[in-house]
Amino acid sequence: MLVTERERLRDDIKAWSQTFGTERNALIPILQEVQKKYSNISQYAMQVIADVLDIHPVEVYSVVSFYSFLNDKPKGKYVIRLCQTISCDMQGKDRVARQLENDLGITFGETTPDGKFSLEFANCLGMCDQGPAMLINDQVYTHVTPEKVHDILENIRRTFGVFALETKEGHH
Amino acid sequence: MKAKNASKLTFSTITPNAGLTAAADKSRSDIIGEISASKMKGRGGAGFPTGTKWNLAAAARGNQKYVVCNADEGEPGTFKDRVILLDHADLVFEGMTIAGKAIGSSIGIVYLRGEYTYLVPHLEAILARRREEKLLGKSIMGRNGFDFDIHLHMGSGAYVCGEETALIESLEGHRGEPRNRPPYPVDTGYMGEPTIVNNVETFAWAACIMSKGADWFKAIGTDKSTGLKLFSVSGDCAYPGVYEFPMGITVRKLLESVGAADAKAVQIGGASGHCIPAPEFDRTIAYEDIATGGSIIVFGQGRDMLQIARNFMEFFVEESCGQCTPCRDGNVKLLEGIEMLEMGECSMSYLRELESLGETMQLASKCGLGQSSPNAFLSIVKNFKEEIMGRLP
Ligand SMILES: Cc1cc2nc3c(=O)[nH]c(=O)nc-3n(C[C@H](O)[C@H](O)[C@H](O)COP(=O)(O)O)c2cc1C
Ligand code: SF4
Ligand code: FES
Repeated sequence: MLVTERERLRDDIKAWSQTFGTERNALIPILQEVQKKYSNISQYAMQVIADVLDIHPVEVYSVVSFYSFLNDKPKGKYVIRLCQTISCDMQGKDRVARQLENDLGITFGETTPDGKFSLEFANCLGMCDQGPAMLINDQVYTHVTPEKVHDILENIRRTFGVFALETKEGHH
Repeated sequence: MKAKNASKLTFSTITPNAGLTAAADKSRSDIIGEISASKMKGRGGAGFPTGTKWNLAAAARGNQKYVVCNADEGEPGTFKDRVILLDHADLVFEGMTIAGKAIGSSIGIVYLRGEYTYLVPHLEAILARRREEKLLGKSIMGRNGFDFDIHLHMGSGAYVCGEETALIESLEGHRGEPRNRPPYPVDTGYMGEPTIVNNVETFAWAACIMSKGADWFKAIGTDKSTGLKLFSVSGDCAYPGVYEFPMGITVRKLLESVGAADAKAVQIGGASGHCIPAPEFDRTIAYEDIATGGSIIVFGQGRDMLQIARNFMEFFVEESCGQCTPCRDGNVKLLEGIEMLEMGECSMSYLRELESLGETMQLASKCGLGQSSPNAFLSIVKNFKEEIMGRLP
């Protein structure tokens, strides 16, 4: 990690501890912010959080490892979570899964080489009457069919492109 | 994203804040008396009487009591809480505020599952509006000393955190591992203080009861299971969605209403519930017969029951917190058993061993997850032996 990035991370964590406090019950809200902004919670982030909350880094790791939405390993910018539970299963989630693998060129549990997409299974997303359902980051997609997979991914790739362009222009 | 049947819900007919207005002028014991008189039981599944819970927390000593709304909704096949939060969040917040007054708490927390993060802007906007309208914050409705506010706390993807003591652990910043009970949250809950944890739907009905009266609620349903209940219906039926039915409805009647009269079986109560085969469709959905938090998953004639059992078992193997042996190891053993059945390699005597393992898990597991995880497997084995034995792989 670059020094500047470390500094940015440390400043962010300090700022979040202003918002959520430095008691133990601030731990998960802070971890959620780190996850959201940095797509993972690095060893270094865990160390800084442990210092700020005055707990052992192992305690932080133990919490990170418990929750499926908190990860120490880097993930794609977009995490796709396809529901694997029974109602979506009966509505054809296997074929959607296959098409996602085909269109992304990765299997479940992997991240695309460009770091854009991670592919995972999730348990019931609370959309069982409109399955197969999946989440891409915070957004929910319902009635997903193998045919729709391509368009959904293209839409995201396009927004990602625009986003990248905007930040580039911002530097001028 | 409006739910198909949501407009037909009783919640749509309730005058906004009528319940809160009534509660504002009532004493704490009168509020709890009204809720107790309705005989409402918790809508999250366990079916504990809500009035009794509130009364225990009201009587407990503490410096800062808490009202927690359980919006973790992780039970497979359940989505009614999402629909309530989407279409009737005001009613839920109203119910929480009434509960705050009843137990003497000024802080409400909604524990919202991480999968529902997209609801946050919607819920925050409603909370902000309620603060402006003096329905939250200091001196609610101009009543001195009636202070109550609500904030959201996000879950991070763990089904077990819906269990109330695991939820409290999670709120406190720990792994979501269920606690030994006693002590109960009503004595020693969040931050060691008296805490009530109630389901989203429970708070909404509490607001309705304060508005329309305990007698209205009690007149519906059965003697032991009063009132109306929301059901999340999915699977092989013509009209999936959220439905409202009186407690005590027969399985058959419910299936007919959702366009699934010819079902082979139905899973009631989600992965942790029971699989009811067609010959038992005259049973009733009520605490005295089949209790449920409202998850109804319909299986049509062509469905392979073993594949269903496998899907549920995989769920529990993943979601067990691993704290206690019966649940951590038992679910893995049952899943291996299902794989043997699929391969046609399971003897009747080994199947009996698995059944007795399941019964041990029901008794010896530390929390409701392990106590109920064998239910689906056991009921499928019991009712569909002919289909699952002697398979050719
Ligand atoms: C593994 C497990 C998961 C649970 N998940 C939920 C849930 O998502 N929502 C809920 O309201 N209750 C859930 N419960 C039940 C809660 O422990 C608790 O009984 C409930 O929130 C009490 O509210 P009620 O009395 O209003 O139903 C769960 C229980 C267990 C054992
Ligand atoms: S029963 Fe399962 S989920 Fe509950 S405490 Fe034991 S291991 Fe954890
Ligand atoms: S089973 Fe997939 S959303 Fe519930």
